[in-house]
Amino acid sequence: MKGFKRRDNVLPGFGPTLGYTIFYLSLVVLIPLSALVFKTASLSWHDFLAEVSSPRVLASYRLTFGTALLAAMVNALFGVLVAWVLVRYRFPGKRVIDALIDLPFALPTAVAGITLATVYSGNGWIGRYLEPHGIKVAYTPLGILVAMTFIGLPFVVRTVQPVLEELETEVEEAAVCLGASRWQTFRRVLFPIILPSLITGFALAFARAVGEYGSIIFIAGNMPMVSEITPLLIITKLEQYDYAGATAIASVMLGASFVILFTINILQWWSRRYAER
Amino acid sequence: MTEPALVRWFLTGVALIFLGLFLLVPLAAVFAQALEKGAGAYIAAITEPDALAAVRLTLVTAAISVPLNLVFGVAAAWAITKFDFIGKNLLITLIDIPFSVSPVISGLIYVLLFGLQGWLGPWLDLHNIKIIFAVPGIVLATIFVTFPFVARELIPLMQAQGKDEEEAALVLGANGLQTFFRVTLPNIKWGLIYGVILCNARAMGEFGAVSVVSGHIRGMTNTIPLHVEILYNEYNYAAAFAVASLLALLALVTLVAKSIVEWRLKVSS
Repeated sequence: MKGFKRRDNVLPGFGPTLGYTIFYLSLVVLIPLSALVFKTASLSWHDFLAEVSSPRVLASYRLTFGTALLAAMVNALFGVLVAWVLVRYRFPGKRVIDALIDLPFALPTAVAGITLATVYSGNGWIGRYLEPHGIKVAYTPLGILVAMTFIGLPFVVRTVQPVLEELETEVEEAAVCLGASRWQTFRRVLFPIILPSLITGFALAFARAVGEYGSIIFIAGNMPMVSEITPLLIITKLEQYDYAGATAIASVMLGASFVILFTINILQWWSRRYAER
Repeated sequence: MTEPALVRWFLTGVALIFLGLFLLVPLAAVFAQALEKGAGAYIAAITEPDALAAVRLTLVTAAISVPLNLVFGVAAAWAITKFDFIGKNLLITLIDIPFSVSPVISGLIYVLLFGLQGWLGPWLDLHNIKIIFAVPGIVLATIFVTFPFVARELIPLMQAQGKDEEEAALVLGANGLQTFFRVTLPNIKWGLIYGVILCNARAMGEFGAVSVVSGHIRGMTNTIPLHVEILYNEYNYAAAFAVASLLALLALVTLVAKSIVEWRLKVSS
């Protein structure tokens, strides 16, 4: 194993720590996940295809991935705005607001779910002002969008914020000296700089929203074909002891998560290189 | 150099309205709903035996899963940041897997392993060991979903710190453990605490994964989030929000602790 470990390293503990890391990783993550892969492989191709492409399942993919995409777009737009306001402007309560951005990470999803469902229902604090205008949020696909926006909210803010903080003001000054308007400076100078982190945050928010369960099921209404997300469909199949069906759908979702994870890694690598240039 | 005041106010206003609708109003609603029927009902809801059993199970689950993932996180961060080896990036990516897997799938894989129809199910059944629809399943699923937190906080921190200080300690005659406890640990203290706080918050609040493996037996296999769900589905809203407010308080404590630690990290660097 020449070159596996650098010989000039005097620090101890490489063997035990790496060994334990791989052992624990296998025990907790890799072996259990492989159970899903093997269970899927034991299904015949025909059964697998029938399970993952039934109309009800297809409708759930459309709803889950489509709404997650919309929620990630809402978060991209408002995430940049919030990051900008937090970095550039001063207003009372700014530090508290900054800390509260992480609330969706810290608040258990079930709590978020019942609260959003209550607040956005017809007689809730926000829902009562929307309902008279014909906007029903709770127990409709719109409710899913609200829940997915909530749980994805911190990602874009937290990826864009440090980039804006470290930005040299000289770049902007140069743009202004060259006669650019404020908006042109933002669009032509600042936006390209924050773009890689924005895309990373967008992808993270999307990934989180696709897999989300707890905060959505309370507000979604959960009607098959209309407001039933894919993770809920997996649970429904499990409760009917349809392990093959649950596994097949889960493996499709797992495949999608891996593609997203892989994309995020490439994006982060790309944005690091982009930053070094 | 900044925008005109009118533009600043407008942008700040829009950002605050957005955050108000999605963060502040729901957060305030948890506590308002919890206290809707008065303090007496609130206290009754959180001291009722099933609620107390749920609190106990949640504490036990966190007390097992957090230390395990803490030890793993330190070991993984040490191997990854202090040494060069082939496959390091792959290892980092693998550690992140539980973050990108749906909580429902995190629970499902343990059902496939230990459930009656699973790989080990028949053998476990023969020996009368219950994992799924019992406490061990809940603990396992929680370990899975909180697996990356500590490692993820420590790896970038220790990467930035390099290994000069450890090398100096070793050259001066310290042994490996002394070096770790006297040199490395003080350096990573705040990052470590940060990771543990996040890990603990998730361990106590996990819903999807735990819901799949729990079986929802009242007073037996119900964690706090599952208890909230049961109460809510029984239309017992005041009680559901009362118990939920405990978790919301935990979230607020987590955010405060996080802010303090972040501030300490900034000061120390």
